[in-house]
Amino acid sequence: MKEFLKDLDKAFENRIRLGIMSVLMVNEQLDFTSLKELLGVTDGNLASHLRSLEKSGYITFCKSFLDRKPLTRYSATPLGKKAFTKHIHAIEKLLQS
Amino acid sequence: MEKEKYLDDLSEIRKIMSRSSRFLSLSGMSGLSTGLIALTGAFAARQLVFSRGNYLQNDAVVIGGDALRDLVLIASGTLLLSVVSALWFTARKSRRENERAWDAQAGRLLVNLLIPLTTGGLLCLILLRMGYIGFLPAMTLIFYGLALVNGSHYTHSHIRYLGMTEILLGLLALVFISQSLYIWMLGFGLFQMVYGLLIQRKRRGV
Repeated sequence: MKEFLKDLDKAFENRIRLGIMSVLMVNEQLDFTSLKELLGVTDGNLASHLRSLEKSGYITFCKSFLDRKPLTRYSATPLGKKAFTKHIHAIEKLLQS
Repeated sequence: MEKEKYLDDLSEIRKIMSRSSRFLSLSGMSGLSTGLIALTGAFAARQLVFSRGNYLQNDAVVIGGDALRDLVLIASGTLLLSVVSALWFTARKSRRENERAWDAQAGRLLVNLLIPLTTGGLLCLILLRMGYIGFLPAMTLIFYGLALVNGSHYTHSHIRYLGMTEILLGLLALVFISQSLYIWMLGFGLFQMVYGLLIQRKRRGV
């Protein structure tokens, strides 16, 4: 077992969770609908992956209202950004090895 | 096997990051059409306005009411036509690719283009009012270039090079002020069209 393999994050094994994190790395915050359109997934699917990332403490959200409609904006936490960067580095090392 | 999955992961990450932060439906045709419109506008200005007097110089000049009116009309017509054609071709391209023409990325691009552009536009109006007509080709080039450099973070990144070319031409236009209308034609006409052709070809994978 190589040293860097422990940096590979189970939370990012899934493509959709990886996608969510990629989006939130380059966008300060993004709402549910935009995320859904970007990733091309269903409501339920996206919601469950968002919940799981939130449980890991990697993303956070704030709820507000726009034209009386609820709007949930998601953003990556510092912890999540660190974990994602570590994950990418681990992948790069793995590919080099 | 493992490695392939991770390679796919990496390319997926790259794709999503660029799609979610950049507006990529900018059409090459809009570069071509705005270039042509700019050339026509500049040609009209040369025939109708700049043939009447030597306005392209460092000093404030007195421009006659008729010439001023023609200049403003030609300039606003050129601007309006360019904006409309750029928007039209871009909307058409988004429709073809089944993407939304207006989204968060488009908005961000627009705001970042508009900050330098509005500044430059207002500056040009002030200069025009003072009679410093000779500075206008240079200033429009410089601020357009700055807008492109600023906007390049939110669309195809190589638009940055077009921006830097325009800035350089703008500075040259200030040095060779009597020839600045031709330099303007080079920047807004020729280079704009060449750039449009380049992204058009790139898309087809030539």
